Amino acid sequence: MGVRQISVFLENKAGRLSDVTKVLGDNNVDISALSIADTAHFGILRLIVNNPDLAEKVLKENGYTVSISNVIAIAIDDNPGALAKALEVLTDEDITIEYIYAFTGKTENKALVVLKVEDIDKATALLRSRNIRVLDDSEVYSL
Amino acid sequence: MRYWNEHFECMSRDEMKVLQSRRLQKLVDRVYNRVPHYRAKMMEAGVEPGDIKSVEDIVKLPFTTKQDMRDTYPFGMFAVDMDEITRIHASSGTTGKQTVVGYTARDIDNWAECMARSLVGAGASRKSMVHVAYGYGLFTGGLGVHYGAEKMGCAVIPVSSGNTARQITILKDFKPDILCCTPSYALYLAEELYASGCSLDDINLKAGVFGAEPWSEEMRKEIEEKLGLKAIDIYGLSEIMGPAVSCECLEQKGMHIQEDHFLIEIIDPETGEHVPEGELGEVVFTTLTKEGFPLIRYRTRDISCIDTSQCACGRTTARMMKLCGRTDDMLIIRGVNVFPSQIESVLLELGETAPHYLIIVDRVGNHDTIEVQVEMTESFFSDSVKYIESLEHRIKSKLDSVLGLNVRVRLVEPKTLARSEGKAKRVIDKRKM
Repeated sequence: MGVRQISVFLENKAGRLSDVTKVLGDNNVDISALSIADTAHFGILRLIVNNPDLAEKVLKENGYTVSISNVIAIAIDDNPGALAKALEVLTDEDITIEYIYAFTGKTENKALVVLKVEDIDKATALLRSRNIRVLDDSEVYSL
Repeated sequence: MRYWNEHFECMSRDEMKVLQSRRLQKLVDRVYNRVPHYRAKMMEAGVEPGDIKSVEDIVKLPFTTKQDMRDTYPFGMFAVDMDEITRIHASSGTTGKQTVVGYTARDIDNWAECMARSLVGAGASRKSMVHVAYGYGLFTGGLGVHYGAEKMGCAVIPVSSGNTARQITILKDFKPDILCCTPSYALYLAEELYASGCSLDDINLKAGVFGAEPWSEEMRKEIEEKLGLKAIDIYGLSEIMGPAVSCECLEQKGMHIQEDHFLIEIIDPETGEHVPEGELGEVVFTTLTKEGFPLIRYRTRDISCIDTSQCACGRTTARMMKLCGRTDDMLIIRGVNVFPSQIESVLLELGETAPHYLIIVDRVGNHDTIEVQVEMTESFFSDSVKYIESLEHRIKSKLDSVLGLNVRVRLVEPKTLARSEGKAKRVIDKRKM
């Protein structure tokens, strides 16, 4: 389970990012979170959007290399120490995080954190058992 | 029918060498005495017919190039009088003056023999119906296949090229089992076949014998899928004879050379020296039996390599691998000969990206650099940076070891590099020499 995240392969060339976002905008896809993993020649753009299926379809139609992966979205208080507390839960159980990105502002005084881990179900159950709010996918898409 | 001529196709390597040596001696003697152009070249090189005792002595003889034919245009290199010539073919001459070749009745018969061996190797038999969609005329394709198939006793359909609608009707109504044409025309036929509402059930092709232009393994797969046949690669050039100088068997592991008629050498195009077996180089042919238009050490400018081990099909003849391009495409990077198609082979072998690439050669300071851009494909794209970097690394290590160079590899977005067979822009050389 988890939240469907769109990943797009991008060469490090001027204008690529604006092209992708234009395709999404033209098709009424709303981006709620975004991050880029970049290396010297290429980047992977990762997006949380309101309609992942539509985003995947229109990006593919426009010739982009797209893959969908599942991630976890958690909501934590926008206070010092809140993220550390949540991550500690995972560290305690030896769950490693492949990558993470976060943003604030959508939910009242909450920060939304997107996490990529190997075993989503295990991590989700663990976080919930420690009273950390893991968002359902429908909740995330409607942000 | 497994072989058309088991004696010549399966003889031991030693016997073949003896036969070739004897034929080479006779050939050299004949051209020295009958073709003034050869005599002049041999005298200039200080070599006489008596110096040639076996195939190893061939290195003493000068090479022949297209320029020799231009210099003696049209008939200056014929080795018999015109009354013995029964056929003339000519190349299109798109890259200069057309080259003219002549055949005696015996040459035509030997050619049909080579073609019959090739067709049998591709799975044809006397019962086959052979659809010949190579052009008939000055081009050697149509008539070359025609005479071989007829010699075998096949039912030959001499459709020639063009009029695709009619070709499709014939494929559907007559149901030939063997199709002979260029690979690009085979693909076009397949597309038109489907466009006309037909399916594989409407045709009965078992094998296709395709040649006369370069094609990739990827194209082979596509043709085989779309036409439901085994796509067999055939090689030849009008200077040497025409199609059937070499042809694959059903193993599809290299093209069996008709070595009793054609002596092959693979040379380094820069130095003219032989390269070790298995290494890529320029294909050089000597026609051992040709009477009308014999050629000594003709530099084809085609790039390939040979394998003299016995094939699983039982034939002992040396096999040349699918053409890897032309010497004109060869790059010299830090003194290493690089053929762009080597990169395609590596990509196909790894199978993790599209086989589409662009080579960028540059010179930084006094140092040549080579960068290979490769297209990413959907199926191998992963969300993980680590994975993509390790994919780049795998491609790089393989290219480094195959090319013997330090290659920079960059994955690029799909469909951003030019595609097409043959003339696509595969190389950007920014070096200023």
